Amino acid sequence: AGLGAIAAAGLAEAQEDLQPNSLEDITSYNNFYEFGTGKSDPAANAHKLEIEPWSVKVDGLVDNPGDYSSADLLDGLTVEERIYRFRCVEAWAMVVPWNGIELADILNKVGIQSEAKYVAFETVVQPENMIGVQRRVLDFPYVEGLRIDEAMHPLTIMATGIYGEPIAKQNGAPMRLVVPWKYGFKSIKSIVRISLTDYEPPTSWNKANAREYGFYSNVNPNVDHPRWSQSSHRVIGGGLFASREPTLMFNGYEAEVASLYDGMDLSEFY
Amino acid sequence: MDIVGTINTAARKVPTWTIYIVGAGWLVYLFYLAAFTRAFGPEPINALEREYGEIGLQLLVVGLLITPLRETFGISLIKFRRAIGVMTFFFILAHFLVFAILDVQSLERVWTEVVKRPYLTVGMISFVALIPLAITSNNYSVRKMGAIAWRRLHWLTYPAAILGALHYVWLAKGFQIEPLVYLAVLIGLVAYRYRPKNRSKNRAMSRA
Repeated sequence: AGLGAIAAAGLAEAQEDLQPNSLEDITSYNNFYEFGTGKSDPAANAHKLEIEPWSVKVDGLVDNPGDYSSADLLDGLTVEERIYRFRCVEAWAMVVPWNGIELADILNKVGIQSEAKYVAFETVVQPENMIGVQRRVLDFPYVEGLRIDEAMHPLTIMATGIYGEPIAKQNGAPMRLVVPWKYGFKSIKSIVRISLTDYEPPTSWNKANAREYGFYSNVNPNVDHPRWSQSSHRVIGGGLFASREPTLMFNGYEAEVASLYDGMDLSEFY
Repeated sequence: MDIVGTINTAARKVPTWTIYIVGAGWLVYLFYLAAFTRAFGPEPINALEREYGEIGLQLLVVGLLITPLRETFGISLIKFRRAIGVMTFFFILAHFLVFAILDVQSLERVWTEVVKRPYLTVGMISFVALIPLAITSNNYSVRKMGAIAWRRLHWLTYPAAILGALHYVWLAKGFQIEPLVYLAVLIGLVAYRYRPKNRSKNRAMSRA
């Protein structure tokens, strides 16, 4: 609770000076390769995603495994507003006012066994509704993972809304991860499975290109992507003549999360 | 062969300057859309950059199609080729300028990026290869250089086209079909120039 309180206090301060993007920006500029690789493809195609009913399989090293309906999984947990910077690995960024539940609350609810060291997540696959799945842009289902301390960190949330509205399908309805100090692709969308493991789970972009996308993928202006610089980014919503902004260490959440990586060489564990 | 005749007759009636007017108007109109409307979405810098680059590749395909169209089907669009080539250069130039001025926003960083990132190096070589072609795309240069030297210089179109497509393939994340299609088509169009050929047979076919 101590750490949570400190992080929350820092967060409240940090939220003050962030100006969220418009809902239109947030819902019209997306990477969701199951619906196509263009930035406007998810907004055009995601309406086909079926989200009712929604079931999340919880398995692995948990006390209460099972298939949870989205309502059951989140029932009784507190939804908070979190205004976070969102930094894509492609060097663009926006600010999103999420509504979500701390992932730690969900994990505590299902009961973490002591051997659990990592959490793995999986995105839904509905081939008939997902044009990008038919085109095999990636090895679907999309999978992601976090170390257990990253997953339990108070900044990590399971988002269910944006601007107080249920989260749009192109943004990962009905629930998606948000890990604000990591590149956006870590914040896996439309989650249907949460598994606790004692090994580092495979992650989609790492499988596609391990040299370019590491397991950690923390936002880091000092470690370039092999094909482009990560030291600055384009700002979504600023128009054609917007200035680039410098990228911040851990996307501006260094005070809250740097200690998770004490003693790790971040250019090795990128 | 009715269609071919119709196309050739129509092509004879259209003056070549229409290519310049339409091409330049299109280029400026896209800039207008990106600068003053939401047509390119909430992040128009990268969107415009990609649009110009992709049109550049499309124009390379069109320019390289003209010879095979004539040799295979007898469709004669050769009088438009220079204008298409010049417009290709201007779209690639616009692509580069959006990248340098609006995206990277620092000439020093443009240089370090181009040197450091192979996909940018390849794209830059492709662009630079087009510069002498654009400069010599006039009757004066053809006369001054002589047809053989001019043609030898304009051979640079082939590496420029393939490197341009490679630049696009290299840039893509995940397995994307579109860049690979451009690469395959452009390699095919260049390979066409080097196919083993029986000249007399070809002439006979195009006369038929």
